[in-house]
Amino acid sequence: MKYILLIYGDERKWSSLSAEQMKAVYEGHLQYTEEMKKAGVYRAGAELKPVSTATSIRFTDGKTRTTDGPFAETKEQLGGYYLIETDNLEQAISWAEKMPGLREGTVEIRPLGMGD
Amino acid sequence: MLLSRLVEEVFRNDGRRVLAGLIRLTGDIDLAEDALQEACIRALDRWPRDGVPNSPGAWINTVARRVAIDRLRGAAFTSLPEHLAAPSVEPAAREVIEDDRLRLLFTCCHPALAPEAQTALALRTLGGLTTREIARAYLEAESTTAQRLTRAKNKIRAARIPYEIPPREKLPERVLAALAVLYLIFNEGYASTAAPSLLRVDLVAEAIRLARLTVELLPAEEEARGLLALMLLTDARRPARVSAQGDLVPLEEQDRSLWNRAAIDEGRRILEDTLRRGRPGPYQLQAAIAAVHAEAPTAAQTDWHQISALYSELLRCAPTPVVELNAAAALGMAQDPELALAWMERLGTAGQLARYHLLPAAQADLLRRLGRTDEALAAYRRALELVTNASERRFLEARLEQCVRHRAVSMSANPGQGA
Repeated sequence: MKYILLIYGDERKWSSLSAEQMKAVYEGHLQYTEEMKKAGVYRAGAELKPVSTATSIRFTDGKTRTTDGPFAETKEQLGGYYLIETDNLEQAISWAEKMPGLREGTVEIRPLGMGD
Repeated sequence: MLLSRLVEEVFRNDGRRVLAGLIRLTGDIDLAEDALQEACIRALDRWPRDGVPNSPGAWINTVARRVAIDRLRGAAFTSLPEHLAAPSVEPAAREVIEDDRLRLLFTCCHPALAPEAQTALALRTLGGLTTREIARAYLEAESTTAQRLTRAKNKIRAARIPYEIPPREKLPERVLAALAVLYLIFNEGYASTAAPSLLRVDLVAEAIRLARLTVELLPAEEEARGLLALMLLTDARRPARVSAQGDLVPLEEQDRSLWNRAAIDEGRRILEDTLRRGRPGPYQLQAAIAAVHAEAPTAAQTDWHQISALYSELLRCAPTPVVELNAAAALGMAQDPELALAWMERLGTAGQLARYHLLPAAQADLLRRLGRTDEALAAYRRALELVTNASERRFLEARLEQCVRHRAVSMSANPGQGA
């Protein structure tokens, strides 16, 4: 079963880290990815650019409107994702719990639906 | 001429055109601005030694491009080859550059940018206004404007908003935003909130030029033609609009023989062609109102009934508080000042125009015409608290003084009435 792990955290905290701290987090992710690859569960993953670069297309009555940014100002922003394939949710949760560099925040696990 | 003055003049004449090309080349507004500035510095260094090139604008353009490309490659600037030192301008190259500014307009108006950022960015890159001037125009802190601009520029770079005229199928929805920004640039030039003088002719000219390009690009877009006609008809009044002392002259007191007849004729021709297509919109209607004013030989002969009818139509398709205020003022001139005053009173209570000096100014004008001098005085004082432009302020002060004198005269004539 494929799952997407959506990583939410406070962008401001992330950008206030020192260069050294950031480097440590990136190294954590490299290692994490390696582990996933070894276990055969890694499918894809990436860091997202800050939410200030986001564009939203809002649909109303089937019509689209393009706007700057996301609509709600939230405390936690989507900062990256991993796409993994495991036997079940328990295994996905175990991987999510090992998310490096996340002291505060949320990892949302969503199974992929049809069309994957 | 002092060399620094010459460079300044080249910058003023060619800077924005060169900048637009640099932005297209690099996809990075900050880098483009830096490269242009660097080229001007180099000109100050080179021209005294090598002589001023035949075409200073083209020299600046070439050097700025090399600086930008070298920065993109991360390489240090190497000296300019001799054959590029004084390049000539080919007509074909010029046309491409003209298009750059239209592209830049659509980039600035991209819906993925916040609306306030769109206008600020257009005023900055196309209008050449400084961050401080834009901040003053929007009555906000300079740091707020600076942040807005930085964020917008970063987003263009990071999300890769393209520098292009949008694809055909997207043009109709994009063009209205572009027209709105052009109208704002024009207004900032015609009634400057930022500059000490009322007019910024360079901004007016740039807005008209870009409106012409937009009409060429979209010949079927009636509102683009409407906007061009509106700009021409409004700008035609420019020579009569400011006195020799730099003071604002209201429409009814303007010397109509000073109006630019050629601009009026062109504006009317464009408007008539466009209205015949039978798809009126806000810009066409505003142009029609300007045309009615232009047709009146004297202020007293103005067809206020027609203007009032046009404002009602405008209010139906663009129901904004400012349009409503104008509709009320036109009604006051066409038939019933009392009714107009009551309407303005309601507008004031609604609150959206609370910071808009022209609401109390319009009330004051009607009260003055009705001879209700004390109330007019109070309204002029309210307007003076809100006005930002210096020459509009002087105009309101002069009106206020007129009222004071008028009251003094009528009080001495009827001593019983005062108090």
